[in-house]
Parts: sequence; structure tokens; C-alpha cells
Amino acid sequence: MLGFGDFWVALAYILCLGSTLLCVVYGILHWNDDEEMAEPVHPPDEDLDFEEV
Amino acid sequence: MNYELLTIILAAYVLVTGYLGWLGYRKTRSAADYLLAGRQVHPLLMSLAYGSTFISTSAIVGFGGAAALFGMGLLWLTFFNIFLGIFIAFLLFGRRTRRIGAALDAHTFPELLGRRFGSRFVQGFAGTTIACLMPLYAAAVMIGGARFLEVQLGLEYQLALFVFAVVVAAYVFFGGLKGVVYTDALQGTLMFVGMFILLVATYSKVGGLGSHQALTELASRVPPPLAEQGHRGWTAMPALFSPLWWQLVSTIILGVGIGVLAQPQLAVRFMTVKSGKELNRALIPGGIFILMMTGVAFTVGALTNLFFYQTQGKIALAMVMDPATGKPNIDKIIPTYVSMAMPEWFGYVFMLSLLAAAMSTLSGQFHAIGTSFGRDLYQQALAGGRHQERTVPIARLGIFAGFVLTIVLAYNLPAGIIAIATALFFGMCAAVFLPAYVSALFWKRATLPGIISGMVTGLLAWGLWVLFVHEKESAALGVCMAVFGKTSLAAGTKWAVVDPLIVALPLSAIVTVAVSLATRPIAENVLNRCFGGSPAGSPA
Repeated sequence: MLGFGDFWVALAYILCLGSTLLCVVYGILHWNDDEEMAEPVHPPDEDLDFEEV
Repeated sequence: MNYELLTIILAAYVLVTGYLGWLGYRKTRSAADYLLAGRQVHPLLMSLAYGSTFISTSAIVGFGGAAALFGMGLLWLTFFNIFLGIFIAFLLFGRRTRRIGAALDAHTFPELLGRRFGSRFVQGFAGTTIACLMPLYAAAVMIGGARFLEVQLGLEYQLALFVFAVVVAAYVFFGGLKGVVYTDALQGTLMFVGMFILLVATYSKVGGLGSHQALTELASRVPPPLAEQGHRGWTAMPALFSPLWWQLVSTIILGVGIGVLAQPQLAVRFMTVKSGKELNRALIPGGIFILMMTGVAFTVGALTNLFFYQTQGKIALAMVMDPATGKPNIDKIIPTYVSMAMPEWFGYVFMLSLLAAAMSTLSGQFHAIGTSFGRDLYQQALAGGRHQERTVPIARLGIFAGFVLTIVLAYNLPAGIIAIATALFFGMCAAVFLPAYVSALFWKRATLPGIISGMVTGLLAWGLWVLFVHEKESAALGVCMAVFGKTSLAAGTKWAVVDPLIVALPLSAIVTVAVSLATRPIAENVLNRCFGGSPAGSPA
């Protein structure tokens, strides 16, 4: 695959490009999202479900 | 060598760097400016600063050289660097770190841990660990820069090392983080340009994308001793569970890949931006930047084998035999490749981008050493929060001490050490800080005794494994030989090649959780101060 000697190296090569794309797309889609603005709507602790642990 | 061209390029670079450092110095008015750049940094600047602090000569020269040895399996580290080191780090860790850091008015990574659990001991312990062990990583970065100067300019290694270190120390010393963030952005840009040219030039030299196939076919040239240890060519992973596989996967890929999440000099960058929005935006340049740095370094590193084979009839390792020891010095593979394969002008440009890479990382490291020493150990842990005015002078004293220790290490560490020393430090950070850091951000049930016992267990387990079991270090350090008369207690078994991280991180995590669950939870009102809406920047 892609001239590589084994599947795992080819997978790494593809994942490198894929994860970069993920960063770019996520950054563009959430350009103006700000957690601070969401805080007054949801009480600060509501997003934490760790207390049940 | 074209001395005039070189002098002009270097002089321009030193002047601009000096100017930016001075600009930072002039704008550094408060301790928050010195420690956190005033919490107002632009996302592009922040991500370039994060990226250029993360990536250094260690990543490019040291790990690039390791890729020439292990092959493209190192690309797994690039994937971890981008997915964990950027995506997860910015989104999960970055947001929380920024918000809790601001709510608790934390100025440093140890202070974040200390205030979250209401303990000056935690802050002092974390600060001391960082200040004492960071020079190992800083030395690896310095060696990377000095090796390049040695090959490219034919300079004496020791002299190059010293001059270079003095310049870095000077501007970190005066500029604080504001100066560091400005120069980092310039350096990040330079690194990007240098690596981009290197990528295009290398692929065009060795035959484009078809070169992957050619490199695969070179597998028959793997030296027999390496093949016996599991090497299966430069485009395949080493044989599963072979000694080389353990070294590649446990030390290099996991050590650095996971360790990045708990790097004090990187975590502090999250506290320099104004809001979570900036972190989303910073993902874009951050992801592209890391791909362009480690992705290119590791691909080119592996492809140097093809280049050297096509032009010299030898693989990369055979090009860098050290006449004194008779062993290859993998730290010299990338410098040798650039000086032989690239035109002279590119050698200078690339040298500059490497200097930039080293300077930005070293400045972040020395900044972390200084603040650990001045703020965490002295002002908070020892002086009990008094003598705020002494933070910056004592941080500067700490930078000086860390600088001296780094130079001593850089002169004394053996050849081919860059990737190993870096991975060791990253692994240590993961073992000692990661469970505490994750708990601080996400787990309200974590308690102070849990955090302290987890951190101490992590450090002890990591330290004992380095001294007595992991043969690469235990043999070099000699403590095991002195006490037990052998290089490693596990000599001859698989355990001798298993990285300290693999043992120390799970132990530290288990102890953190178990002790936390067995002790009384932190009071709700204390937790609310960390997680619940205390306005940004207000004191704890």
C-alpha cells in the first residue's frame, strides 16, 4: 500500500494526514465557539459527570 | 563555505531575535506578564509558540536520525503528536487548563496542580521535579543544534554549543514569556519554510512518491545485527515484541506521544490565551505545523537511506560511523544529509530554521525551569506565598542554574543520545504529572493524598526503573553495576528493553485513584472555586 512494506506504516502515514485534516476542519467549524459564552446557560458543574465515579 | 552570506544571514537573525526579545522585556511589567504573557496572546501566535516550543532540534535532528535507523514506523509518533499533542491537548486539556488556571489565578503548571488541590507541597514537588529533570531534555535540544553547526560549518562542537546556549539564555533571562512568545512566532515561521523546502527537495531527489517502493526494496540492506533485533526494513514496523519494537513503541512512540500531554512548558501556553475560542482557532495552524515538522523529519529521515544508497552505495548508519567508538552516531544523519544533498544556500537557511527550533524550545524549557524554581519552589512552597517581589529575580537565578546544569550535561552525554534523552524526559512527565493533571482537570473526586501519593509513586517507579532495569540507561548510569554487579536487574529479558513509562504511568494512575477513593473528598465549596464561575483572573 502506497509503496510501504507493511500495513501499519501505511496506516500511520494516512492517520497523520487525516488527523491534520481533523484539526483544520474542526478549527473552521468551531471558529467562533466559546465555552465561556455557554457557561451562563449551563451551570458550570453540569457538564461534569465525574462525581458519580 | 560562503562566509559573507552566512554572516549576513546570521547577523540579521540575531538582530531580529534580539529586537523581539527586547520588545518583550520592555512590555514585561508584572509577574503575570513575565509568567503568562499577560493572558492576551493571539491564537496564531499561541499555536506557533506551542508548536515551536514542542518541536526542536531534538525532534528534527534527533528523531529524524532515529527515523533513519527505525524507518517510517516513527510516523506513529507524528500521528500521536497531532492527535494527542494538538487535537486532544487543545480541546480537552487546553480549555480546562485555561479556565481553571484563570479561576485559580495559576501562573505555572505546578501552581495549577498546587492550587487545584490546595497544597503548596504539590506545587513545590512538581516544580522541583521539573527544575531538576528538564535540563536533560534541554541538553538533548542543545546537542541537536550543536551537531548541526558542527557538520554544516565545520565548527568545533564544544564552541558552537556554548555560543548558542549563551544567546538563548540571554533573551529568556530578560524577556520572560512575552519575549519568548514573540520570538517563537518568528522561529515557527522559519521552521515551517525550512521543512517545507526540505520535504519537496528530498522527494524530488529520491524519486517522488515512488521512492516509498524503492525504500521498501532496500530492506535487504538492513545490517544483520539490526535484523536480528527485529528490523524488517525502513517502511515496515520492527517484528512484534522484538527488542527494536519495544524501543520504538514503548520509548519513542508512547513516551513522547503520551508525554506531550503533561509537558509543563506546553501546558502553560494554554493559560496565555483569552478564551476557549482562541484554542479552537489555534488547532488549524497547530495541526499543520506539527505535520510539517515531525511528519517531514521522520519521512525524510527514513528516505536518507535511499539517498545515501543511491549516491554512496551505503545506508545512512554507515555514513555516520564515529571513528573514536566505531559506532554510528545517529544524531549526525540529518546534518550529514543536508550538507551532502542540499545546495549550500539551503544548508544555511535550514541551519537557521534549526537554530530557531532549538532556541524556541530551549527558551520555553528555561522559562519553565526558572518559574519552577522562583515561583513554585521558592515563593510558594518555601516562602509560603510571601515575597512576591522576589519571584522574577529568583526565577532568573533558577534559569542560570538550569543553564549551567544543561551545559554540563550537553558536554558529557554520549553520542546518539538526543532521541533517548528527550523520550526519557517526556516519559517522566507522563508518569509523574499525567494522572495528577487529568485528575485536576476532570476528576472532582481526586484528593490531595491521592495526588501526592500518585506523583511520588510515579517518580519513584520511573527513577528505579531507569536506574536498575531499563538497560539503555541503567548500564550508562552505572548505579546498578555498583550495587548489584550487573548492568540491569532484568538483563537478558524483555523487561530490560521495556520503557520506564510502561510501568510507572499505570502504577502512578492506580495509586492516584485508589488513594483518592480511600480518602475524604475535597469540600464542595473548594471545588466550586476551581470549576465554578469564579471570574477570570480573580485571585483564589
